[in-house]
Amino acid sequence: MTGRPTARLRRAWQRLGGWRLFALVTGAVLGAPIVVTAAAWLFPDHEVWNHLASTLLPEILRNTVILVFGVGSLVMVIGVGLAWLTAVCEFPGRRIFDWALMLPLAVPTYVLAFVFVGMFEFAGPVQSALRDLFGPDIWFPNIRSAPGVVLVMALVLYPYVYMLSRAAFLAQGRAPLEAARVQGLSPTAAFFRVALPMARPAIAAGTALALMETLADFGAVSIFNFQTFTTAIYRAWYGYQSLEAAAQLSALLLLIVLSGLWLERRARGRARFDQRTHDRLERIRLRGWKRWGATAAAGSVLFLGFLLPATQLVIWAWGRLDVLDPGYYSLILNTLTLGGIAAVVTVSVALLLAYGRRVQTDPITQRAVTAATLGYAMPGSVLAVGIMLSFTWIDHGLAWLAAPWGGLGSTFLAGSVGALILAYVVRFMAVGYGAVDSSLERIRPVLRDAARSLGAGEREVIRRVYIPMLRPGILTGILLVGVDVMKEMPATLLMRPFGWDTLALRIFELTVEGHWERAAVPAITLVVVGLIPVILLVVRSSR
Amino acid sequence: MASRPLFGFTAIAALAAAVGLTGCGTGDDSELTVYSARQEHLIKPIFDRFTEETGIPVRYITDSAGPLMERLRSEGERTRADILMTVDAGNLYMAADAGLLRPVDSAVLRERIPEHLRDPEGRWFGYSVRARTIIYHPDRVDPANLESYEGLADRRWRYRLCMRTSQQVYNQSLVATLIAHHGEEHTEETVRGWVANFGADPFSNDTSVLNAIRAGQCDVGVTNTYYLGRLLRENPDLPLAVFWPNQDDRGVHINVSGAGITQHAKRPDDALILLEWLAGDEAQALFAALNLEYPAVEGVQWDPIVAGWGEFKADTINVAEAGRLQRQATMLMDRAGYR
Repeated sequence: MTGRPTARLRRAWQRLGGWRLFALVTGAVLGAPIVVTAAAWLFPDHEVWNHLASTLLPEILRNTVILVFGVGSLVMVIGVGLAWLTAVCEFPGRRIFDWALMLPLAVPTYVLAFVFVGMFEFAGPVQSALRDLFGPDIWFPNIRSAPGVVLVMALVLYPYVYMLSRAAFLAQGRAPLEAARVQGLSPTAAFFRVALPMARPAIAAGTALALMETLADFGAVSIFNFQTFTTAIYRAWYGYQSLEAAAQLSALLLLIVLSGLWLERRARGRARFDQRTHDRLERIRLRGWKRWGATAAAGSVLFLGFLLPATQLVIWAWGRLDVLDPGYYSLILNTLTLGGIAAVVTVSVALLLAYGRRVQTDPITQRAVTAATLGYAMPGSVLAVGIMLSFTWIDHGLAWLAAPWGGLGSTFLAGSVGALILAYVVRFMAVGYGAVDSSLERIRPVLRDAARSLGAGEREVIRRVYIPMLRPGILTGILLVGVDVMKEMPATLLMRPFGWDTLALRIFELTVEGHWERAAVPAITLVVVGLIPVILLVVRSSR
Repeated sequence: MASRPLFGFTAIAALAAAVGLTGCGTGDDSELTVYSARQEHLIKPIFDRFTEETGIPVRYITDSAGPLMERLRSEGERTRADILMTVDAGNLYMAADAGLLRPVDSAVLRERIPEHLRDPEGRWFGYSVRARTIIYHPDRVDPANLESYEGLADRRWRYRLCMRTSQQVYNQSLVATLIAHHGEEHTEETVRGWVANFGADPFSNDTSVLNAIRAGQCDVGVTNTYYLGRLLRENPDLPLAVFWPNQDDRGVHINVSGAGITQHAKRPDDALILLEWLAGDEAQALFAALNLEYPAVEGVQWDPIVAGWGEFKADTINVAEAGRLQRQATMLMDRAGYR
C-alpha cells in the first residue's frame, strides 16, 4: 500500500504543512462570503448610518440584548434542568421524556412562531374562545411581545443544550457525584458544585449554538414584527435600497457574535474535562412532590414546544390536503436530498478541519479553522448574497479562462446544486464542526502518538483509531446539519437552481401572506421529515 | 449497526449528486426563463396557458425582488433570465435604474397598457393593478366618517386603526406617494397620527390586519383588496367592507405587478411574445382573477368578487414615483415610530 510515490507525496505534504494548507484553503473558501460582506465597510453609507443611529439602532441593540439574555438563560434553565432530570433522576415518564424532549428540534423556529402567533393573537382561536366565555374585556398577555419571542425561540432551541449537556452528565458517570456526596454535599449542592461545572463546556457549546441561531433568525422575528439586526438588515436592503448598508449591519452583527465567542473561550480558560466512565449511574429516585414536579416540568416543555403546535398544525391542515399534488412530493425529495448531501459534505470537511487543527497547532491554522465556522452567525440571506458574489466572481474568472476555447455559455457555479450545497456548508459548518470537535476532544493525543509509534501512517491512524472513536460525533453532526439544512430558508430561496424548491420555501411563501392554515400542510411535512434525523439521533444517544 | 444511518445518508447523497450533476448538464437556454417575485401559484397557470398556446416552454424561479435583482446583477451578461417579474413598481423602477432591464418598442404594449402603469422608456409594464384601500367593520364604523388616508390620522380613530408593518413595500409605496403629493413634512405628521391611532402593534401581514378588524381588535385598517378577496372566497359572509378613499382628490393608491425584459436576455424575441401575450384580453383576465387583482388593460372582465366592491378613482401618478421615493418614505416611517 505504502509504495514509494505515496511515501514521497506524504513527505511533501508534511513538509508543506499540508494540514495548515488545507485549513487555509478551506478557511478562505468558507470565509470568503464573510469577507465580501465585511468589505462593504469600505464604502460606508453615511446617510443610512446617521439615520439608523438616530432612529432604529438603540431599539435594535436593546432588543438584541433582550434576546441574547432571555433566550440564553431560558435555554440553559430548560436544557440543563431537563438534561439533569432525565440523565440522573428517575420519575414517572422519564423513559419517554429521554427522547421526546428532543422532538422540538424538528420544528423550525418560524413554524413555531406562526403557530403561536396564529393561536394566541387577539383574533386567534384561544382569545376568541375566551372572549366568548368571559366577555369581550378579558385580559390576555400580548403574544407579539419580547417575552413571546423569547419563549418561542427558547422552546425550539433548548434541545441543543439539552442534548449536549445530557451527554455530558451521562459521561461523568457516578464517581464524581459519589465523591461529592461522601463529602457531605446534598444532591442539589452536588449538582451545582460538581456536575454543573464539569458539564460546562457542553452547556456553553449548546448555548452558543442556540444564541447564534437566535441572532441569525429572520423568519420568527419578522412574524412577531420584533426589530432586531436581521429585520434591520432587510430594511436597509429592501427599504433603504442599500445592499451595502445591509452588509455593514451584518458585519456588525458578526462582530458582536465574535466578541461573545471570544469572551466565552477566555472565561473557560484552559479547563479540560475528558473524564469518561462506563459505570452505570445509580439514578436518584425522586420522592414526594418532586416526583410529579419533574414530570410536570418536562411535560409542559414538551407540550408547548411540540404537542401543542403539532396539534394546531394538524387542525389547520385538516381539509386542506388539496395541496398534495405530485409536485408536492418533489418538494419532499428535494428537501431530503439537499439535507443529506449537505450534511455529509459539511461533516467530512469539519472532520478534516478538526483533525488538522490538532496536528498543526500554529495560530494561522487555528484562525483559518475559526474563519471556516463563522457562517452560522450570519443571517442566511446576507450570507447567500456574499456567497453569490464570490461565486459569480469565480464564474467570471472561469469564463475569462475558457474564452479562448469558445467560452462556457452560461453560469457554471452560481445557480448550480453545487453552489447551494457550498452555501449550506458555509452556513452550518459550525454545527458539524462542534459535534465532531467535541468528540475529537475526548480522544487523547497519546492514542495518536502510540499508533504512530507502532508504525501506522497518518491515514491509518484516521481510519483505525479516529473513525471508530468518532463515529458517534460524526453521526450526531450529520443528523444535526441535516435537520438544519432542511429547515433553512433564505439561502435556498436565493441560490436554488430551477426546479429545486423545498418545503421551507413553500412555508415561507404562505406565511409571508399570513396564510397560517395553508402553511400547515407543508409545515407538518417538514416537521415529520425533520423527525427522521431527530429520531435517529435519539436512538443513537440512548444506546 | 450504528453505521446504518450513515450508509443511508451516503446513498441519498450519491443519488442526489448524480441527479444534481445531470441537472447542471441541462443548463441550456432553450426555455424562456423568468425570475419572478410573484408567487408560483399565481404565475404557473398563466405560463402553462402561454406554453399551450404558443409552444414556447417557460421556466421560472421565485424569490423576493431584492435577491432576484441582486442575482441578476451579479450574473451580468451571463444570466439565464429573460424576464424579471415583480409585485410592485418600486422594484421595477430600481431594476430599470440599475440597467437590468432593456427598453422595448412595442405598439401593442403602448396601446394596451395605460401610460401611468408602465415605464416611460418602455423598460417595464404593469399587468395587474393592486389597490391599497381602507377596510372597515360596518357595525362599528360609519363610512361617512371615512374620507382619506390622511384622515386616518385624525384623533377620532385613536386605538381603532390596524396596519401592517412598515417593513413591507406596499406601505412604503403608499407613504412614498403621500410624500409625492404633500411633501415630507406634512406626510410625517400624517404618519405620526396613524401611529398614535394604532390599536395594536403593526402586523406582519395584511391578512392578520383583516382578522384583527373582524375580531374587534380594531375597527379600520389599510390593506390591499385581494387579501380581503381571498378571505371572502372562503367565507362570503365576512363582515368587512371596502371604502375607496380620496375620491374627491387624487384617488386610491395603486401599485402594479409587472415585468420587463432583462438587459442580457438570451431569448428577447420569445420574451416579447410573452409580454405582449400577457396584455391580451384572456391573459389579462386570468392574471388578475388568479389573485383577485384588477386587470391593467381597460375593458377586461373583473372577477365577480372584485366587481362587488364597485368602481373607484385611482391615483394616476406614475407608479414608478413610489420606487424613486421609497428610501425617503422608509426613513420617514422610522422617524415617525412606525415599525
